[in-house]
Amino acid sequence: MKKRALRQKLWSAGLILLFFAGWEAFCLISGMSDLILPRPSQVFVTLWQRMPILWPHILQTLGTTMTGFVLGVALGVLLGAVIGVSRTAYDTVYPLLIGFSSIPKVAVVPIFVLWFGSGTVPAVLTSLSICFFPIVVNIATGLATTEPEMEDVLKALGASKFDILWNVGLPRTMPFFFASLKVAITYAFVGTVLAETVASNRGIGNVMMSASSNFNVPLVFAGLFILAGLGVALYVAFSLIEARVTGWATRKNDLIAA
Amino acid sequence: MASMHVKSDTALYQPTVRGLAAGTPAVPAIELSQACVTFGSGANSVPALAQTSLRIAEGEFVALVGPSGCGKSTILRLASGLVKPTAGVVVVGGREVAAKALRIGMAFQNPTMLPWLTIERNVMLPLKIVEPYRSRYRQEKDGAFRDKAHALLAQVGLRGFAGKYPWQLSGGMLQRANLCRALIHEPRLLLLDEPFGALDQFTREELWAIMQELWLAHRPTVLLVTHDLREAGFLASRICVMSARPGRIIDDAAVGFARPRSIAMTFEPHFVALNQRLRELIVDARAAPSIEEGAR
Ligand SMILES: Nc1ncnc2c1ncn2[C@@H]1O[C@H](COP(=O)(O)OP(=O)(O)OP(=O)(O)O)[C@@H](O)[C@H]1O
Ligand SMILES: [Mg+2]
Repeated sequence: MKKRALRQKLWSAGLILLFFAGWEAFCLISGMSDLILPRPSQVFVTLWQRMPILWPHILQTLGTTMTGFVLGVALGVLLGAVIGVSRTAYDTVYPLLIGFSSIPKVAVVPIFVLWFGSGTVPAVLTSLSICFFPIVVNIATGLATTEPEMEDVLKALGASKFDILWNVGLPRTMPFFFASLKVAITYAFVGTVLAETVASNRGIGNVMMSASSNFNVPLVFAGLFILAGLGVALYVAFSLIEARVTGWATRKNDLIAA
Repeated sequence: MASMHVKSDTALYQPTVRGLAAGTPAVPAIELSQACVTFGSGANSVPALAQTSLRIAEGEFVALVGPSGCGKSTILRLASGLVKPTAGVVVVGGREVAAKALRIGMAFQNPTMLPWLTIERNVMLPLKIVEPYRSRYRQEKDGAFRDKAHALLAQVGLRGFAGKYPWQLSGGMLQRANLCRALIHEPRLLLLDEPFGALDQFTREELWAIMQELWLAHRPTVLLVTHDLREAGFLASRICVMSARPGRIIDDAAVGFARPRSIAMTFEPHFVALNQRLRELIVDARAAPSIEEGAR
């Protein structure tokens, strides 16, 4: 079991290295101009040299993302709970929700800018509006899949709706919730960067935008690397929390695999 | 239609009238008067239970048998207040349902243990919900309440499994834990819906014996739905047979075999004859189109 996990990790690390090596080799062999595709080594050097300038932008993007994410999660949990508990709410709210979620979020950024001016606020709102949807769906699903027998047992004991929610509904929802958190955090990133490229003078999105208009392609790629790195880091962080909190949902599979 | 209610002659198979069966006319724990249940409305309404009257005295052990889909679970749900009668009245513990006059314990065929709690915590779940335990749960959950759960688990043969998680137990073990959960808060009314249905013969028989022991010790009122006629005869002090859907009670007979009963008893001629008679009743009920539907 342990051995297999280790081998798996080695394989994925190897694959990432191979990817960069292949990229480097491709650029060297084809003599590709670094205005089109810089070599990864160039990108890393740029990243290192520009770090003092990039750092505040990283913090800006991270801060915006986390704010949008936290607000999105709060909204998503609230809405998901309402929808999951009440059949009527489900039927009335769902069509609206689907409609809202299928709007491409690029289209709403200008509206947010119109209302709140360019800067941090539209970025927070964009990331919020992208990331809350998976949370709603997962919370609602988790709550709605409570076994009817379990509910009957508790209701016969005289349990209130809140008792059932607290003792059965919420714990059962946790695996769904954490799975959706991992998705939502990456979505929140997309939202932030999207808004920053369109309407902000700070943040990694903005850095990439201005770098590309100056044909500073290595810096553009440096921005990409930062985003990828942040995305992976946050995903891993939430995976670890998930494994700790909702281990019961996966333990059975571990046992079978062992 | 209610006049079709058949009061069968059970003299032959009512060996000794002792125990609670035909005994003292105690306070009824459950009383259904002319209760019917129809699910849905309009064109696609399903009559699940025809006008049914049933009186169960306190401390009785009643088994409910009948063809599949005849409304046995519906009666159970009526008694627990999960379903309201479409017409008629259901009184439990001297009050019309809804207001909980009695502590009720329930167990289904599916043990539905919560996977994130240990067996011990699962068994203790009712204590978290029901007064007077509820208000003391925080203080006692690692003390008296846990001891109570352990004692009960030991009684059903699960000593040493209290700290395990549900997925570490077999189906039969989970069902034992399920029984414990239904009993931990010392319910006055126990509603069991085929709790032994998914078990192998030997586990089932073992659990019957345990069930009987627990009932003799605590004397709750029990309403047991089952498809196993031996189970009904072994456990119950009274057996009600239902007709096909929409169900009604077509036979109601006391079972007077002395307690504690043994598995060996279930192979004695008296017992086999009882089984045989119940079987015939159900076979007939299955074959005959039910009255309401015939009239359509
Ligand atoms: N929630 C519901 N909505 C609609 N119809 C229902 C509902 N619950 C039960 N029924 C119908 O009521 C009838 C009686 O159901 P019930 O569950 O009481 O039967 P049962 O005697 O317990 O059957 P079984 O022995 O198979 O468990 C069935 O025909 C079923 O289709
Ligand atoms: Mg049933």
